[in-house]
Amino acid sequence: MARQPDGPPPPPTVQKLRIRYAKRGRLRFASHRDLARALERALRRARVPMAFSAGFSPHPKISYLGAAPTGAASEAEYVEIGLAVRCDPEAVRAALDAALPEDIAVLDCVEAGEGTGSLAERIDTSVWRVELPGMTLEELRPAVEELLAREVVVVAKRTKNGPKDVDVRPSVVSASASAGAGCAILDLVVRQGTPAVRPDDVLAALAAVADLHPPLPPRAVREAQGRLDDTGTVADPLDPDRTAGAPDQEAHATV
Amino acid sequence: MTAELRTTAGESLYPRLEPLLAQIQKPIQYVGGELNAQVKPWDEAAVHWALMYPDAYEVGLPNQGLMILYEVLNERPDALAERSYAVWPDLAALMRANGVPQFTVDGHRAVADFDVLGVSFATELGYTNLLEALDLAGIPLHAIARDESHPVVVAGGHAAFNPEPVADFVDCAVLGDGEQAVGDITDVVKAWKAQGRPGGREELLARLARVDGVYVPRFYAVTYADDGAIAGVTRTRDDVPAKVGKRTVMDLDEWPYPKQPLVPLAESVHERMSVEIFRGCTRGCRFCQAGMITRPVRERTITGIGSMVEQGLKATGYEEVGLLSLSSADHSEIGQLAKELADRYEGTNTGLSLPSTRVDAFNVTLANELSRNGRRSGLTFAPEGGSERIRRVINKTVSKEDLVRTVTTAYANGWTQVKLYFMCGLPTETDEDVLEIADLAVEVIRAGREASGRKDIRCTVSIGGFVPKPHTPFQWAAQASAETIDHRLRVLRAKINEDRRIGRSIGLRYHDGKPGVIEGLLSRGDRRVGRVIERVWREGGKFDGWSEHFSFERWTQAAAEELAPFGVGLDWYTTRERTEHEILPWDHLDSGLDKEWLWDDWQDALSEEEVADCRWTPCYDCGVCPTMGTEIQIGPTDRSLLPLTVV
Repeated sequence: MARQPDGPPPPPTVQKLRIRYAKRGRLRFASHRDLARALERALRRARVPMAFSAGFSPHPKISYLGAAPTGAASEAEYVEIGLAVRCDPEAVRAALDAALPEDIAVLDCVEAGEGTGSLAERIDTSVWRVELPGMTLEELRPAVEELLAREVVVVAKRTKNGPKDVDVRPSVVSASASAGAGCAILDLVVRQGTPAVRPDDVLAALAAVADLHPPLPPRAVREAQGRLDDTGTVADPLDPDRTAGAPDQEAHATV
Repeated sequence: MTAELRTTAGESLYPRLEPLLAQIQKPIQYVGGELNAQVKPWDEAAVHWALMYPDAYEVGLPNQGLMILYEVLNERPDALAERSYAVWPDLAALMRANGVPQFTVDGHRAVADFDVLGVSFATELGYTNLLEALDLAGIPLHAIARDESHPVVVAGGHAAFNPEPVADFVDCAVLGDGEQAVGDITDVVKAWKAQGRPGGREELLARLARVDGVYVPRFYAVTYADDGAIAGVTRTRDDVPAKVGKRTVMDLDEWPYPKQPLVPLAESVHERMSVEIFRGCTRGCRFCQAGMITRPVRERTITGIGSMVEQGLKATGYEEVGLLSLSSADHSEIGQLAKELADRYEGTNTGLSLPSTRVDAFNVTLANELSRNGRRSGLTFAPEGGSERIRRVINKTVSKEDLVRTVTTAYANGWTQVKLYFMCGLPTETDEDVLEIADLAVEVIRAGREASGRKDIRCTVSIGGFVPKPHTPFQWAAQASAETIDHRLRVLRAKINEDRRIGRSIGLRYHDGKPGVIEGLLSRGDRRVGRVIERVWREGGKFDGWSEHFSFERWTQAAAEELAPFGVGLDWYTTRERTEHEILPWDHLDSGLDKEWLWDDWQDALSEEEVADCRWTPCYDCGVCPTMGTEIQIGPTDRSLLPLTVV
C-alpha cells in the first residue's frame, strides 16, 4: 500500500471556469508547454483558489484545449480551470490578465453552464489569418484557386512518429486571398482532426499544387475556434455557458 | 558584421531577428519578456552592462549569480543591465547569414553597443561559447585588438579564479563576490566616460586594475622556463597590484538578491526559486574549489531567509523553493528554519527542498520535515569517495556504517529513491576504492529492503571523473587519464551487475572520462592554452558542456599542435603531478588561502589525515580570515519566523 499524504483530502472542485485568451507579439513563439507553465504560475500569483488533485503530487485542475502551434499567434485559445472556492468570473479574468505577461491577454472568463456539455464538443474548427510578407495577391490568388479545385492534396507532415502523408484538402473548409500592407493575406477555415491540419500544412499544399513559396516566414493568427455551422462560420464556444447561467448563485469570493 | 545594417546604439534588433525565429528550435528562449525582466531606456543610463551566461538559455537563466548582478545593476539609476545567452547553432547560422549580431534578450540590443560585457563562468567548458559570442557580436576576439568603441569584456564566476586560459580574450576578471564589484566597475566606467575617455582603453583598464578584486591580464607578463613551467609573472605597470585579491560580501542580509527572481516561460533546468542561505563552506573537502574560494562562511539570518522566501514566492508564483548553499544542513538554524517554513507553507502546495550533500541522519530528519505533506521520492547524498580510506584522503569522512544507516533511515521514512554522488579518479585512488561503491550500494539496498519492507526501493549511483582545480589542496595532483576513469567505471558496472537480484535496484549514471580531461586542461591551464581554445572554436567547437557538440578528438588534436611549440602538451597540464615550488598560473591571484596551508593539506591528504571543520573548531590556518580581514559569520540569531498574516 503506497504511503498516503497525512491530513484530509484536498477540497473538491466547486466551480468550473472557461477562459479564452490570446497569445500575441513575441509570445507567438511560446509552445503550449510554455503557456501552461506561465498560466499555472500566474494562477498562483493571482491567488486564484484552485482545486487540486489528490495524492503526493497534487496538480491544479486545469484542462487545456488544443493549442495553436509554436510560432502562430492566436486570439482564441481556450482553457478550463476548477476552483475550490467560488469566484466572480470577471474578477478571475482581470486578476489573471494582470498576472500574465503583456503578450498574453485573458479575453473572456465564464462559468461553465450546467448541463451544457463539455467545451471540447463545441470546438471542431479553426479560423486562421495568415500573412505572407513579400508576396502579392496576384501570386497567392491563383494558388488558392488551384488548391480549392483539387479534391485530394497530399503533403508530408512531420509527426511524432516521423513524416506522414496527409490529405490536407478535406480539412480546408474555405480559403481566400486578399491584399495587405506589404503582404498577401490568406484567410482559412480549417476543420480540426487527427492529425491536425495547420496553416503550415496548407502552405505546403499550396507549394505542392502551385509551386508557391513565400519569400519570408509567414505569420499566422488563429482568429477563432468553434463549431462550424451550416453557413460556414464558427460559433462562439462560450455562448452556451453565457445563456445557461451559473448552476447556483452563492456569494462569490473575491480574488 | 555588416556595418551598413547597424544604426543607433541601443536600438532593438527584434524586427530583424523575428523572421529568423520562425525557422528555429525553441524560439521562446530568445524573445525575453520573462516575468521580472527589465528593459530600461538606453539614453537614461550612463553605463550599459550586457551580462552573459555562456551556455544555453535553459541553463543560464536560473543562474543565481547573473540574476543577482542583473538586479543589483538595474537598481542603480545610472546603470542598465540586460542578459545574453549562448545562441544555438541553428540560430547562429541564420544570424551570420542575415547580419544579425549577438543580442540581449531583454531589449534585443546589440551586445557590441554596451560599455561592459560581463560573462559568468561556472565552468571552463563555456570558453568556446565566449569566443562564439564575441565573434557573433562583432567584437574582436583578442583583447589587444579592441579599441575604446568596444565593450570591456569582464569574466566572473568561479572559473575566473584562474582566467589565464582566456587571458587573451577578456579584458579583466573579477575574483570573488560580484555584488559590490559591479558597482565599483560602474563608477570607474562612468567617470572615465564623463571625462571624455581620457587615455583611451588603456587608461580605463588601468583604472579598473586598481579596483579591489579586478585582474587585468594585459598588465602582467608571464615568462616560461625551459622545462615548460612558468618562470615568473611580473607587472608591466607599477600602479597595479602585484597580487589581486578577491571580493567578499560580508553581510548577506544587506544583499537580499534576487528580490524579484526571473521566471522564464521556457523550460529551464531548475523549475524552482532559490534562496541562498549561506555563502562559503567550512567542510574543507579537498576536491571542492567552491568550498575553498568562497571562504569564510557567511550565513543569512533565519529572518532574512524567511522574508526572501516570502517575497520571492509572491514575485514568481513558483511552487518550489530550494534552500541553496554548498552544504545547507550546516546552517546554524537549519532545523528551526525547516520547521518554521514547513509550518508557514503547510496546505499551500508549496514545496521546500534542500540540495542534500551531507551524509548523516540529520539530513533525513530535515528532508522529512520539508516534505511533511508532500511527496517523498528522491533524496540525494554525496559521499563522493567509495571507500573510507579515500574519504579520508578527500576529507569527507563518513564511515561505511553511518552511510548505510543514514540511507536505510531514509528508506524507512518512506523515501523510495536515494541518489548517491561519487567521484572517481581521486588522488591515490585504486580500483578497489571504486569497487567499494558497489559493495556500498548492495548493502544499502539489502538493508533498505529490510527496513522499509518493500522491494521497489532504488539506489542510483551517479559518478563522474574528478578534475583537480586551482586554489584547492588538489591543485598539485595528477589528474587520472580518461582511460583510467573509463576502466574504473567499467569494473564498477560489472561488479554492480554481478548479483541481478540486487543489481536491478541499482542504477548507475556516469560520464566517460574524456570531457573531464579537457575540463582539466582548461582549469589548470595557463595563457598558452588560449591558443588551443581559439583553434577549437575556429574548427567549429562550441557548447562543449553538451555531449552532442563536444569533440574530444578536436580538442586533443588542437592541443597537440598548438602546445607542441612550447614543449608541453595535454598530459603536461592534466596527468602531471606538480612539485611544491612550481609557479602555478594562478599564484598571483589571491583567494585568501595560504599556499603553504594548501600544500600541507595536500600532504595530509596523501597520508590520509583529516582536517577539522572551522565552523566548530576555531582555526585560522587556511589564511582567509586573517589576510582578508574577515570572520566566519554564523548564528544562531535566536530569532524565529513570525506567522504570516492570513490573506
